[in-house]
Amino acid sequence: MSDVCIIGIGIHPFGRTDGLSGLDQGVFAVREALRDAGVDWKAIQFAYGASDAAGNPDTMVDRLGLTGVQFINVKNGCAAGGSALFSAQMAIKSQEFEIGLAVGFDKHPRGAFNALPSEYNLPDWYGEAGYMITTQFFAMKIMRYMHDYGISPTSLGRVAEKAFLNAVHAPHAWRRDPVSLDAIMHAPMVSDPYTKFMFCSPAEGGVALVLASEKTARALGKPLIRLKAATMRTRPPGSFEVFAPSVDIERGGSATRIASADAFRLAGIGPEDIDVAQLQDTEAGAEIMHMAENGFCRDGEQEQWLAEGRTSLTGKLPVNTDGGCLACGEPIGASGLRQVYENVVQLRGDGGGRQAGKPKTAYSHVYGAPGVSAVTILER
Amino acid sequence: MRAIAKGLFTDETPPRLIGGRNRATGRIVFPCPPSADFEPWPLKSRGTLWSYTIQRYRPKSPPYLGPEAFDPWALGYVALQDETMVETRLIDVAFEDIRIGMALELILVPLDPTAPDSPITHAFRPARSSESAAA
Repeated sequence: MSDVCIIGIGIHPFGRTDGLSGLDQGVFAVREALRDAGVDWKAIQFAYGASDAAGNPDTMVDRLGLTGVQFINVKNGCAAGGSALFSAQMAIKSQEFEIGLAVGFDKHPRGAFNALPSEYNLPDWYGEAGYMITTQFFAMKIMRYMHDYGISPTSLGRVAEKAFLNAVHAPHAWRRDPVSLDAIMHAPMVSDPYTKFMFCSPAEGGVALVLASEKTARALGKPLIRLKAATMRTRPPGSFEVFAPSVDIERGGSATRIASADAFRLAGIGPEDIDVAQLQDTEAGAEIMHMAENGFCRDGEQEQWLAEGRTSLTGKLPVNTDGGCLACGEPIGASGLRQVYENVVQLRGDGGGRQAGKPKTAYSHVYGAPGVSAVTILER
Repeated sequence: MRAIAKGLFTDETPPRLIGGRNRATGRIVFPCPPSADFEPWPLKSRGTLWSYTIQRYRPKSPPYLGPEAFDPWALGYVALQDETMVETRLIDVAFEDIRIGMALELILVPLDPTAPDSPITHAFRPARSSESAAA
Protein backbone atom coordinates (compact mmCIF):
# COMPACT_ATOMS: atom_id res chain seq x y z
CA MET A 1 0.00 0.00 0.00
CA SER A 2 1.29 3.48 -0.76
CA ASP A 3 2.10 5.82 2.09
CA VAL A 4 0.14 8.81 3.32
CA CYS A 5 2.29 11.96 3.13
CA ILE A 6 2.16 15.27 4.97
CA ILE A 7 2.49 17.93 2.28
CA GLY A 8 1.59 21.12 4.13
CA ILE A 9 1.92 22.41 7.69
CA GLY A 10 0.62 25.54 9.39
CA ILE A 11 0.59 26.84 12.93
CA HIS A 12 -0.79 29.79 14.84
CA PRO A 13 1.68 30.67 17.61
CA PHE A 14 0.79 29.12 20.96
CA GLY A 15 0.29 31.10 24.16
CA ARG A 16 -2.24 33.87 24.69
CA THR A 17 -3.67 35.85 21.80
CA ASP A 18 -6.28 38.30 23.06
CA GLY A 19 -8.89 39.23 20.49
CA LEU A 20 -8.54 36.02 18.47
CA SER A 21 -10.88 33.12 19.12
CA GLY A 22 -9.66 29.55 19.09
CA LEU A 23 -11.41 29.10 15.76
CA ASP A 24 -9.65 32.19 14.35
CA GLN A 25 -6.35 30.56 15.26
CA GLY A 26 -7.41 27.33 13.61
CA VAL A 27 -8.37 29.16 10.41
CA PHE A 28 -5.01 30.94 10.45
CA ALA A 29 -3.24 27.59 10.71
CA VAL A 30 -5.29 26.08 7.85
CA ARG A 31 -4.42 28.99 5.54
CA GLU A 32 -0.73 28.61 6.42
CA ALA A 33 -0.88 24.86 5.74
CA LEU A 34 -2.63 25.36 2.39
CA ARG A 35 -0.03 27.95 1.40
CA ASP A 36 2.76 25.60 2.45
CA ALA A 37 1.23 22.75 0.42
CA GLY A 38 0.59 25.03 -2.54
CA VAL A 39 -3.06 23.99 -2.83
CA ASP A 40 -6.38 25.84 -2.64
CA TRP A 41 -9.07 25.20 -0.03
CA LYS A 42 -11.21 23.99 -2.94
CA ALA A 43 -8.80 21.08 -3.44
CA ILE A 44 -9.41 19.76 0.09
CA GLN A 45 -11.73 16.76 -0.11
CA PHE A 46 -12.26 16.18 3.61
CA ALA A 47 -11.27 17.52 7.02
CA TYR A 48 -11.12 16.24 10.60
CA GLY A 49 -11.10 19.02 13.19
CA ALA A 50 -10.24 18.79 16.91
CA SER A 51 -11.19 21.24 19.64
CA ASP A 52 -11.88 20.58 23.30
CA ALA A 53 -13.14 23.95 24.54
CA ALA A 54 -13.27 26.35 21.59
CA GLY A 55 -16.35 25.32 19.66
CA ASN A 56 -17.16 23.15 16.67
CA PRO A 57 -14.30 23.01 14.15
CA ASP A 58 -16.58 22.48 11.14
CA THR A 59 -17.95 26.01 11.55
CA MET A 60 -14.68 27.22 10.01
CA VAL A 61 -16.10 26.46 6.56
CA ASP A 62 -17.83 29.87 6.89
CA ARG A 63 -14.39 31.42 6.78
CA LEU A 64 -12.55 29.11 4.43
CA GLY A 65 -15.24 28.69 1.82
CA LEU A 66 -18.53 26.81 1.45
CA THR A 67 -17.21 24.13 -0.83
CA GLY A 68 -19.45 21.46 0.66
CA VAL A 69 -16.38 19.67 1.98
CA GLN A 70 -16.89 16.68 4.29
CA PHE A 71 -15.86 18.01 7.73
CA ILE A 72 -15.96 15.83 10.87
CA ASN A 73 -15.48 17.15 14.41
CA VAL A 74 -13.35 15.15 16.81
CA LYS A 75 -13.54 15.41 20.59
CA ASN A 76 -11.34 12.87 22.33
CA GLY A 77 -9.73 14.46 25.37
CA CYS A 78 -6.01 15.05 25.10
CA ALA A 79 -5.84 12.67 22.13
CA ALA A 80 -8.23 14.82 20.06
CA GLY A 81 -5.56 16.05 17.64
CA GLY A 82 -4.03 12.60 17.32
CA SER A 83 -7.47 11.14 16.69
CA ALA A 84 -8.13 13.71 13.95
CA LEU A 85 -4.84 12.79 12.32
CA PHE A 86 -5.52 9.05 12.68
CA SER A 87 -8.91 9.49 11.01
CA ALA A 88 -7.49 11.65 8.22
CA GLN A 89 -4.82 9.14 7.30
CA MET A 90 -7.38 6.31 7.28
CA ALA A 91 -9.52 8.26 4.82
CA ILE A 92 -6.59 8.38 2.41
CA LYS A 93 -5.35 4.87 3.12
CA SER A 94 -8.80 3.57 2.24
CA GLN A 95 -8.29 5.17 -1.19
CA GLU A 96 -11.63 6.98 -0.91
CA PHE A 97 -9.81 10.32 -0.85
CA GLU A 98 -6.60 11.79 -2.26
CA ILE A 99 -6.08 14.92 -0.17
CA GLY A 100 -7.46 16.20 3.12
CA LEU A 101 -6.88 18.13 6.28
CA ALA A 102 -6.34 17.50 9.99
CA VAL A 103 -6.76 20.65 12.08
CA GLY A 104 -6.78 21.31 15.81
CA PHE A 105 -7.21 24.45 17.87
CA ASP A 106 -8.19 25.51 21.36
CA LYS A 107 -8.48 28.39 23.78
CA HIS A 108 -8.67 27.69 27.52
CA PRO A 109 -9.24 30.12 30.41
CA ARG A 110 -6.26 31.01 32.58
CA GLY A 111 -5.35 28.76 35.48
CA ALA A 112 -5.64 25.01 35.92
CA PHE A 113 -8.22 23.05 33.96
CA ASN A 114 -11.49 23.17 35.91
CA ALA A 115 -12.99 19.76 35.39
CA LEU A 116 -16.31 18.78 36.94
CA PRO A 117 -16.89 15.28 38.37
CA SER A 118 -20.03 14.65 36.31
CA GLU A 119 -18.03 15.01 33.09
CA TYR A 120 -15.95 12.04 34.17
CA ASN A 121 -18.73 9.86 35.59
CA LEU A 122 -17.57 10.60 39.14
CA PRO A 123 -19.65 11.49 42.23
CA ASP A 124 -19.92 15.17 43.18
CA TRP A 125 -18.17 14.70 46.55
CA TYR A 126 -14.93 13.91 44.72
CA GLY A 127 -14.75 17.48 43.44
CA GLU A 128 -16.18 19.01 46.63
CA ALA A 129 -13.38 17.40 48.67
CA GLY A 130 -10.72 18.87 46.37
CA TYR A 131 -9.56 15.89 44.31
CA MET A 132 -10.70 17.10 40.87
CA ILE A 133 -7.21 18.46 40.17
CA THR A 134 -5.01 17.11 37.38
CA THR A 135 -1.79 18.40 38.96
CA GLN A 136 -2.32 16.17 42.02
CA PHE A 137 -2.37 13.07 39.86
CA PHE A 138 0.71 14.02 37.86
CA ALA A 139 2.61 14.84 41.05
CA MET A 140 1.69 11.56 42.75
CA LYS A 141 2.55 9.56 39.64
CA ILE A 142 6.09 10.96 39.44
CA MET A 143 6.55 10.83 43.24
CA ARG A 144 6.06 7.08 43.11
CA TYR A 145 8.17 6.72 39.96
CA MET A 146 11.07 8.64 41.55
CA HIS A 147 10.81 6.34 44.58
CA ASP A 148 10.79 3.18 42.46
CA TYR A 149 13.50 4.11 39.93
CA GLY A 150 15.81 6.57 41.65
CA ILE A 151 14.97 9.67 39.61
CA SER A 152 16.18 12.85 41.33
CA PRO A 153 14.40 16.22 41.55
CA THR A 154 17.35 17.65 39.57
CA SER A 155 16.37 15.50 36.60
CA LEU A 156 12.90 17.07 36.67
CA GLY A 157 14.62 20.45 36.59
CA ARG A 158 16.85 19.46 33.67
CA VAL A 159 13.79 18.59 31.55
CA ALA A 160 12.27 22.03 32.16
CA GLU A 161 15.61 23.76 31.57
CA LYS A 162 15.96 22.02 28.20
CA ALA A 163 12.39 22.90 27.20
CA PHE A 164 12.88 26.64 27.67
CA LEU A 165 16.30 26.51 26.02
CA ASN A 166 14.90 24.81 22.89
CA ALA A 167 11.92 27.18 22.75
CA VAL A 168 14.20 30.19 22.33
CA HIS A 169 14.51 29.06 18.69
CA ALA A 170 10.84 28.11 18.14
CA PRO A 171 8.79 31.07 16.85
CA HIS A 172 5.53 29.28 17.68
CA ALA A 173 6.46 28.64 21.34
CA TRP A 174 4.92 30.65 24.18
CA ARG A 175 7.68 30.85 26.80
CA ARG A 176 10.86 31.64 24.90
CA ASP A 177 13.20 32.89 27.62
CA PRO A 178 15.76 30.50 29.09
CA VAL A 179 15.28 29.70 32.78
CA SER A 180 18.28 28.50 34.79
CA LEU A 181 18.22 25.14 36.51
CA ASP A 182 18.69 26.95 39.81
CA ALA A 183 15.67 29.21 39.21
CA ILE A 184 13.56 26.19 38.19
CA MET A 185 14.52 24.23 41.31
CA HIS A 186 13.91 27.13 43.70
CA ALA A 187 10.65 28.40 42.20
CA PRO A 188 7.47 28.06 44.30
CA MET A 189 6.22 24.51 44.67
CA VAL A 190 2.84 23.86 42.97
CA SER A 191 2.34 20.21 43.82
CA ASP A 192 5.38 18.46 45.26
CA PRO A 193 7.84 17.54 43.74
CA TYR A 194 6.93 19.97 40.94
CA THR A 195 7.75 23.68 41.02
CA LYS A 196 5.84 26.10 38.82
CA PHE A 197 8.31 25.78 35.93
CA MET A 198 7.79 22.02 35.83
CA PHE A 199 4.10 22.20 34.85
CA CYS A 200 2.75 23.43 31.52
CA SER A 201 -0.25 25.75 31.42
CA PRO A 202 -3.50 25.55 29.51
CA ALA A 203 -3.05 27.85 26.50
CA GLU A 204 -4.24 28.75 23.00
CA GLY A 205 -3.13 27.89 19.52
CA GLY A 206 -3.96 26.19 16.24
CA VAL A 207 -2.24 23.66 13.96
CA ALA A 208 -3.20 22.31 10.55
CA LEU A 209 -1.70 19.53 8.43
CA VAL A 210 -2.50 18.80 4.79
CA LEU A 211 -2.32 15.07 4.03
CA ALA A 212 -2.22 13.46 0.63
CA SER A 213 -1.69 10.11 -1.01
CA GLU A 214 1.86 9.44 -2.19
CA LYS A 215 0.69 9.77 -5.79
CA THR A 216 -0.82 13.22 -5.15
CA ALA A 217 2.22 14.34 -3.17
CA ARG A 218 4.49 13.37 -6.07
CA ALA A 219 2.22 15.10 -8.59
CA LEU A 220 2.42 18.29 -6.53
CA GLY A 221 6.21 17.97 -6.45
CA LYS A 222 6.31 17.88 -2.66
CA PRO A 223 9.13 16.33 -0.61
CA LEU A 224 7.81 13.04 0.72
CA ILE A 225 7.29 13.18 4.47
CA ARG A 226 5.65 9.82 5.05
CA LEU A 227 3.24 9.10 7.88
CA LYS A 228 4.37 5.55 8.60
CA ALA A 229 2.12 5.06 11.61
CA ALA A 230 -0.63 6.88 13.50
CA THR A 231 -2.20 5.04 16.43
CA MET A 232 -4.65 5.95 19.18
CA ARG A 233 -5.34 3.66 22.14
CA THR A 234 -7.30 3.67 25.40
CA ARG A 235 -6.12 2.30 28.72
CA PRO A 236 -5.54 -1.35 29.65
CA PRO A 237 -6.40 -2.84 33.11
CA GLY A 238 -4.34 -1.61 36.07
CA SER A 239 -3.23 1.66 34.51
CA PHE A 240 -2.93 4.72 36.80
CA GLU A 241 -5.03 7.59 35.49
CA VAL A 242 -6.10 11.09 36.38
CA PHE A 243 -9.26 11.48 38.52
CA ALA A 244 -9.18 8.08 40.23
CA PRO A 245 -10.78 7.80 43.73
CA SER A 246 -9.12 4.38 43.92
CA VAL A 247 -6.55 2.47 41.89
CA ASP A 248 -5.88 -1.25 41.73
CA ILE A 249 -3.09 -2.68 43.89
CA GLU A 250 -1.92 -4.73 40.92
CA ARG A 251 -0.22 -2.30 38.56
CA GLY A 252 -0.68 -2.78 34.83
CA GLY A 253 0.35 -1.25 31.51
CA SER A 254 -0.62 2.12 30.03
CA ALA A 255 -2.37 3.47 26.97
CA THR A 256 1.00 4.89 25.94
CA ARG A 257 2.73 1.52 25.98
CA ILE A 258 0.19 -0.11 23.70
CA ALA A 259 -0.16 2.87 21.33
CA SER A 260 3.64 2.98 21.05
CA ALA A 261 4.12 -0.74 20.49
CA ASP A 262 1.42 -0.66 17.84
CA ALA A 263 3.02 2.29 16.04
CA PHE A 264 6.45 0.62 15.94
CA ARG A 265 4.84 -2.57 14.60
CA LEU A 266 3.05 -0.65 11.85
CA ALA A 267 6.17 1.31 10.89
CA GLY A 268 8.33 -1.81 10.95
CA ILE A 269 11.06 -0.10 12.99
CA GLY A 270 12.03 0.10 16.66
CA PRO A 271 12.76 2.85 19.20
CA GLU A 272 16.49 2.63 18.38
CA ASP A 273 15.69 3.76 14.81
CA ILE A 274 14.07 7.06 15.86
CA ASP A 275 16.16 10.22 15.31
CA VAL A 276 13.99 12.84 17.04
CA ALA A 277 10.98 12.59 19.38
CA GLN A 278 8.22 14.82 20.73
CA LEU A 279 6.91 13.25 23.96
CA GLN A 280 3.98 14.47 26.03
CA ASP A 281 5.48 16.72 28.70
CA THR A 282 2.58 18.39 30.46
CA GLU A 283 4.91 18.14 33.43
CA ALA A 284 8.65 17.57 33.54
CA GLY A 285 8.24 14.07 34.94
CA ALA A 286 5.88 13.08 32.15
CA GLU A 287 8.69 13.43 29.63
CA ILE A 288 10.88 11.25 31.85
CA MET A 289 8.28 8.50 32.29
CA HIS A 290 7.28 8.66 28.64
CA MET A 291 10.88 8.09 27.51
CA ALA A 292 10.55 4.62 29.06
CA GLU A 293 6.88 4.00 28.26
CA ASN A 294 7.58 4.64 24.57
CA GLY A 295 10.51 2.22 24.65
CA PHE A 296 13.43 4.64 24.27
CA CYS A 297 15.11 3.60 27.51
CA ARG A 298 14.52 1.42 30.54
CA ASP A 299 12.90 2.73 33.72
CA GLY A 300 15.56 4.57 35.72
CA GLU A 301 18.03 5.14 32.86
CA GLN A 302 16.56 8.63 32.35
CA GLU A 303 18.66 9.90 35.27
CA GLN A 304 21.85 9.23 33.33
CA TRP A 305 20.38 10.24 29.96
CA LEU A 306 19.50 13.70 31.30
CA ALA A 307 22.79 14.17 33.15
CA GLU A 308 24.61 13.41 29.86
CA GLY A 309 22.28 15.60 27.75
CA ARG A 310 21.25 12.71 25.51
CA THR A 311 17.83 14.30 24.89
CA SER A 312 19.15 17.79 24.15
CA LEU A 313 19.34 19.14 20.57
CA THR A 314 22.85 17.74 20.07
CA GLY A 315 22.20 14.47 21.90
CA LYS A 316 21.56 10.97 20.60
CA LEU A 317 17.78 11.36 20.79
CA PRO A 318 16.66 15.02 20.89
CA VAL A 319 13.30 15.23 22.72
CA ASN A 320 10.79 18.08 22.50
CA THR A 321 12.84 20.21 20.14
CA ASP A 322 10.39 23.14 20.25
CA GLY A 323 10.13 23.15 24.04
CA GLY A 324 7.11 20.85 24.15
CA CYS A 325 4.08 21.56 26.28
CA LEU A 326 6.28 23.07 29.01
CA ALA A 327 7.26 25.96 26.72
CA CYS A 328 4.32 25.99 24.29
CA GLY A 329 1.47 25.46 26.77
CA GLU A 330 -1.35 23.05 26.11
CA PRO A 331 -4.30 23.97 23.91
CA ILE A 332 -5.78 20.48 24.07
CA GLY A 333 -7.16 20.22 20.53
CA ALA A 334 -3.95 21.51 18.94
CA SER A 335 -1.26 20.04 21.16
CA GLY A 336 -0.78 16.64 19.53
CA LEU A 337 -0.74 18.18 16.06
CA ARG A 338 1.92 20.67 17.17
CA GLN A 339 4.21 17.74 17.85
CA VAL A 340 3.68 16.45 14.31
CA TYR A 341 4.17 19.97 12.91
CA GLU A 342 7.49 20.17 14.74
CA ASN A 343 8.53 16.75 13.44
CA VAL A 344 7.84 17.83 9.84
CA VAL A 345 9.93 20.97 10.43
CA GLN A 346 12.76 18.79 11.74
CA LEU A 347 12.56 16.26 8.88
CA ARG A 348 12.65 19.09 6.34
CA GLY A 349 15.69 20.56 8.09
CA ASP A 350 13.88 23.85 8.68
CA GLY A 351 14.42 24.04 12.45
CA GLY A 352 17.00 26.84 12.38
CA GLY A 353 18.52 27.26 15.83
CA ARG A 354 16.57 24.25 17.11
CA GLN A 355 17.38 21.93 14.19
CA ALA A 356 18.40 18.53 15.58
CA GLY A 357 20.87 17.26 12.99
CA LYS A 358 19.48 15.61 9.86
CA PRO A 359 16.76 13.29 11.14
CA LYS A 360 15.21 10.67 8.87
CA THR A 361 12.65 9.42 11.39
CA ALA A 362 10.54 11.35 13.89
CA TYR A 363 8.20 10.20 16.67
CA SER A 364 5.33 11.96 18.45
CA HIS A 365 3.32 10.95 21.51
CA VAL A 366 0.41 12.49 23.40
CA TYR A 367 -1.22 11.20 26.55
CA GLY A 368 -4.06 12.48 28.66
CA ALA A 369 -7.35 12.10 30.45
CA PRO A 370 -9.06 9.74 30.83
CA GLY A 371 -6.26 7.36 29.83
CA VAL A 372 -5.81 7.92 26.11
CA SER A 373 -2.68 8.09 24.01
CA ALA A 374 -1.84 8.78 20.37
CA VAL A 375 1.47 8.12 18.60
CA THR A 376 2.79 8.93 15.14
CA ILE A 377 5.95 7.94 13.30
CA LEU A 378 7.14 10.01 10.32
CA GLU A 379 9.90 9.21 7.82
CA ARG A 380 11.48 11.14 5.01
CA MET B 1 -22.05 15.91 61.61
CA ARG B 2 -23.06 15.15 58.06
CA ALA B 3 -21.15 13.01 55.62
CA ILE B 4 -20.01 14.63 52.37
CA ALA B 5 -22.01 11.95 50.58
CA LYS B 6 -24.20 8.96 51.39
CA GLY B 7 -22.77 5.48 51.28
CA LEU B 8 -19.09 6.38 51.79
CA PHE B 9 -18.69 5.28 55.44
CA THR B 10 -20.21 2.56 57.65
CA ASP B 11 -22.24 3.43 60.78
CA GLU B 12 -19.86 1.54 63.08
CA THR B 13 -17.49 2.98 65.67
CA PRO B 14 -14.95 3.49 64.35
CA PRO B 15 -16.41 3.80 60.86
CA ARG B 16 -14.93 2.17 57.78
CA LEU B 17 -14.90 3.28 54.14
CA ILE B 18 -17.38 1.42 51.95
CA GLY B 19 -15.85 0.16 48.75
CA GLY B 20 -17.45 -2.01 46.11
CA ARG B 21 -16.56 -5.60 45.26
CA ASN B 22 -17.23 -6.81 41.75
CA ARG B 23 -19.43 -9.88 42.14
CA ALA B 24 -17.92 -11.56 39.08
CA THR B 25 -14.21 -10.70 39.29
CA GLY B 26 -13.65 -9.88 42.96
CA ARG B 27 -12.02 -6.56 42.02
CA ILE B 28 -12.45 -3.99 44.79
CA VAL B 29 -12.88 -0.27 44.10
CA PHE B 30 -13.80 2.87 46.04
CA PRO B 31 -16.44 4.24 46.25
CA CYS B 32 -19.01 1.49 45.60
CA PRO B 33 -20.32 2.04 42.06
CA PRO B 34 -24.11 2.39 41.69
CA SER B 35 -24.29 -0.87 39.77
CA ALA B 36 -25.71 -4.31 40.45
CA ASP B 37 -22.32 -5.71 39.42
CA PHE B 38 -20.83 -4.47 42.71
CA GLU B 39 -21.69 -5.32 46.31
CA PRO B 40 -20.82 -2.91 49.16
CA TRP B 41 -17.52 -3.95 50.76
CA PRO B 42 -16.29 -2.28 53.97
CA LEU B 43 -12.59 -1.60 53.44
CA LYS B 44 -9.70 -2.20 55.78
CA SER B 45 -8.97 0.91 57.83
CA ARG B 46 -5.22 0.55 57.86
CA GLY B 47 -2.69 0.56 55.10
CA THR B 48 0.55 1.98 53.79
CA LEU B 49 1.26 5.10 51.74
CA TRP B 50 1.81 4.35 48.02
CA SER B 51 2.40 7.91 46.84
CA TYR B 52 1.59 11.47 47.86
CA THR B 53 1.81 15.17 47.03
CA ILE B 54 0.98 18.53 48.59
CA GLN B 55 -1.88 20.63 47.22
CA ARG B 56 -0.34 24.10 47.36
CA TYR B 57 -3.01 26.21 45.67
CA ARG B 58 -6.72 26.45 46.41
CA PRO B 59 -8.82 24.26 44.10
CA LYS B 60 -11.46 26.15 42.13
CA SER B 61 -14.99 26.53 43.53
CA PRO B 62 -17.21 25.06 42.32
CA PRO B 63 -16.74 22.23 42.88
CA TYR B 64 -14.38 22.63 45.91
CA LEU B 65 -16.16 23.11 49.28
CA GLY B 66 -13.08 23.59 51.48
CA PRO B 67 -12.40 26.77 53.48
CA GLU B 68 -12.01 30.08 51.63
CA ALA B 69 -8.78 30.74 53.51
CA PHE B 70 -6.32 28.28 52.04
CA ASP B 71 -3.63 26.31 53.77
CA PRO B 72 -1.73 23.69 51.76
CA TRP B 73 -2.79 20.11 52.47
CA ALA B 74 -1.32 16.70 51.80
CA LEU B 75 -2.96 13.86 49.94
CA GLY B 76 -1.97 10.46 48.70
CA TYR B 77 -2.98 6.94 47.79
CA VAL B 78 -3.12 4.45 50.64
CA ALA B 79 -2.74 0.77 49.80
CA LEU B 80 -5.22 -1.18 51.93
CA GLN B 81 -3.30 -4.44 51.82
CA ASP B 82 -4.77 -6.68 49.12
CA GLU B 83 -7.94 -4.62 48.58
CA THR B 84 -7.34 -1.39 46.67
CA MET B 85 -5.53 1.95 46.92
CA VAL B 86 -7.74 4.82 48.08
CA GLU B 87 -7.09 8.50 47.35
CA THR B 88 -7.22 10.45 50.60
CA ARG B 89 -6.17 13.47 52.55
CA LEU B 90 -3.22 12.97 54.89
CA ILE B 91 -3.43 14.65 58.29
CA ASP B 92 -1.53 14.89 61.58
CA VAL B 93 1.83 14.63 59.82
CA ALA B 94 4.31 17.37 58.84
CA PHE B 95 4.84 17.53 55.07
CA GLU B 96 8.55 16.80 55.45
CA ASP B 97 7.82 13.68 57.51
CA ILE B 98 5.64 12.02 54.88
CA ARG B 99 7.27 8.86 53.52
CA ILE B 100 6.15 6.35 50.93
CA GLY B 101 5.48 3.10 52.80
CA MET B 102 4.48 4.71 56.13
CA ALA B 103 1.68 3.00 58.10
CA LEU B 104 -1.61 4.94 58.14
CA GLU B 105 -5.09 4.62 59.61
CA LEU B 106 -8.49 6.01 58.62
CA ILE B 107 -10.09 8.96 60.40
CA LEU B 108 -13.10 11.07 59.47
CA VAL B 109 -12.59 14.83 59.56
CA PRO B 110 -14.54 17.99 58.71
CA LEU B 111 -13.62 19.36 55.28
CA ASP B 112 -13.64 22.88 56.77
CA PRO B 113 -12.64 22.75 60.45
CA THR B 114 -13.71 26.39 60.90
CA ALA B 115 -17.32 25.83 59.80
CA PRO B 116 -19.79 24.34 62.30
CA ASP B 117 -21.78 22.47 59.65
CA SER B 118 -18.84 21.37 57.49
CA PRO B 119 -19.32 18.08 55.66
CA ILE B 120 -17.30 15.14 56.98
CA THR B 121 -14.81 13.47 54.68
CA HIS B 122 -12.22 10.73 54.93
CA ALA B 123 -8.55 11.17 55.74
CA PHE B 124 -5.65 9.00 56.86
CA ARG B 125 -3.15 9.76 59.62
CA PRO B 126 -0.04 7.98 60.86
CA ALA B 127 -1.11 4.75 62.54
CA ARG B 128 -1.20 5.32 66.30
CA SER B 129 -1.95 2.05 68.00
CA SER B 130 0.50 -0.81 68.19
CA GLU B 131 -1.69 -3.04 66.06
CA SER B 132 0.00 -4.12 62.89
CA ALA B 133 -1.12 -2.67 59.56
CA ALA B 134 -2.61 -6.06 58.82
CA ALA B 135 -5.28 -5.61 61.51
